[in-house]
Amino acid sequence: MTNEIAKTKLSMTVNGRQYTAEIEPRMLLVHFLREHLSLTGAHIGCDTSHCGACTVDLDGRSVKSCTIFAVQADGSQVTTIEGMAAPDGTLHALQQAFHEHHGLQCGFCTPGMIMRAHRLLQENPRPTDEEIRWGISGNLCRCTGYQNIVKAIRAAADMLASPQRKEAAE
Amino acid sequence: MIPGRFTYHRPASVAEAVGLLSSLGEEARPLAGGHSLIPMMKLRMAQPEHLVDLGRIPGLKGIRQDGNDLVIGAMTTQAEIIASPLLGDKAPILIEAAKVIADPQVRYAGTIGGNVANGDPGNDMPGLMLCLDARYSLVGAGGSRQVAARDFYEAAYFTKLETGEILTELRFAVPATGHGWAYEKLKRKIGDYAVAAAAVTLSMSAGKCTAASIALTNVGQTPLLAADAAKALIGSGADAAAIDAAAGAAMAVADPTTDTRGPVEYRRSVLGVMVRRAIDRAKARAR
Repeated sequence: MTNEIAKTKLSMTVNGRQYTAEIEPRMLLVHFLREHLSLTGAHIGCDTSHCGACTVDLDGRSVKSCTIFAVQADGSQVTTIEGMAAPDGTLHALQQAFHEHHGLQCGFCTPGMIMRAHRLLQENPRPTDEEIRWGISGNLCRCTGYQNIVKAIRAAADMLASPQRKEAAE
Repeated sequence: MIPGRFTYHRPASVAEAVGLLSSLGEEARPLAGGHSLIPMMKLRMAQPEHLVDLGRIPGLKGIRQDGNDLVIGAMTTQAEIIASPLLGDKAPILIEAAKVIADPQVRYAGTIGGNVANGDPGNDMPGLMLCLDARYSLVGAGGSRQVAARDFYEAAYFTKLETGEILTELRFAVPATGHGWAYEKLKRKIGDYAVAAAAVTLSMSAGKCTAASIALTNVGQTPLLAADAAKALIGSGADAAAIDAAAGAAMAVADPTTDTRGPVEYRRSVLGVMVRRAIDRAKARAR
């Protein structure tokens, strides 16, 4: 194997902002986000695609960014936890609901939980508790026992479904 | 964990992909959803020098009916299978099985082609493809060929797929109208491979089982077709005695190993339970 592996050009829109870079093809998306873009919200937990702490939204899909090469996301739209709050700092409904319902203790899993819940609610705006549990079954939390996470996602779904909130979001 | 260095290729067509794979040879691997290969690369258990990303090739994705066949493009994800109205209508066993594969994030990325081509005995779709008697289209630089799923698996991670070939699509006959179906899988947790799993399709007419197919997951080096188990059902009323015979025949062909999922005796016994449950549910669904 040679050490002269060419770098690959990459462009990606992350949280609405365009980035271009030259990277080694072996760079994982989570490393690109954390080390090149200094977006450290996506956490590296298990690093084996089990825990979901690295979950980000990639072209409308929730993916574990520890198990995808950044080059595979070339030309894609990525949203991370840093892109969820409004530019003025107003929390997204999910962030607000996790805060109000104590949907976290240590907080390590929270960015992944919120990014996964975000996609779940896009696909299924009024999930049952069972659907929420299935929807976050790829995200591990070792603190809460999930009870308050489910409550928070349900509350966020209610908030997002209320008409005035919808208007405000549009 | 950081994988070893490799050169990245992003072909725009199947012809370009197989051209690259055949000229680069053993040092190249095709990359589908990546959820088996990338973890192996991070552990340095796989260190390909070239990765050929199939992710941008048009035409490798999608689910369609072609005459009496259902055809699934290799790069179709498990999430797309779950969301398919055509499969929901014609072959819902695929949806039931896809839902117990891995977890939501992995299902957005993991593809059916990667799942069946990798030859991992823990994967669920190969057993299902044996049950449905599917055929795989394999394309290489010299042309394409079809191989029956029932002939494809040779040993763990060894298949009929040759270096330089890619699996482009899967096809199987539309299951009979009114057929019953079930995929039963015991796993320790979400995301785990099966302790044992069974796929069953059957047809009932006037209280008699007129056709049946049974295949088994993760109880051998390859997925297993339990032909004698299916024979035990055909012609019977799929009653308790026939189900006993079918479960016994399935347990007899199983050859599980002792691992963290349990000792051989336990896994074989659990397989019998999976077969019984799958037959019960398939029979209840048959019209």
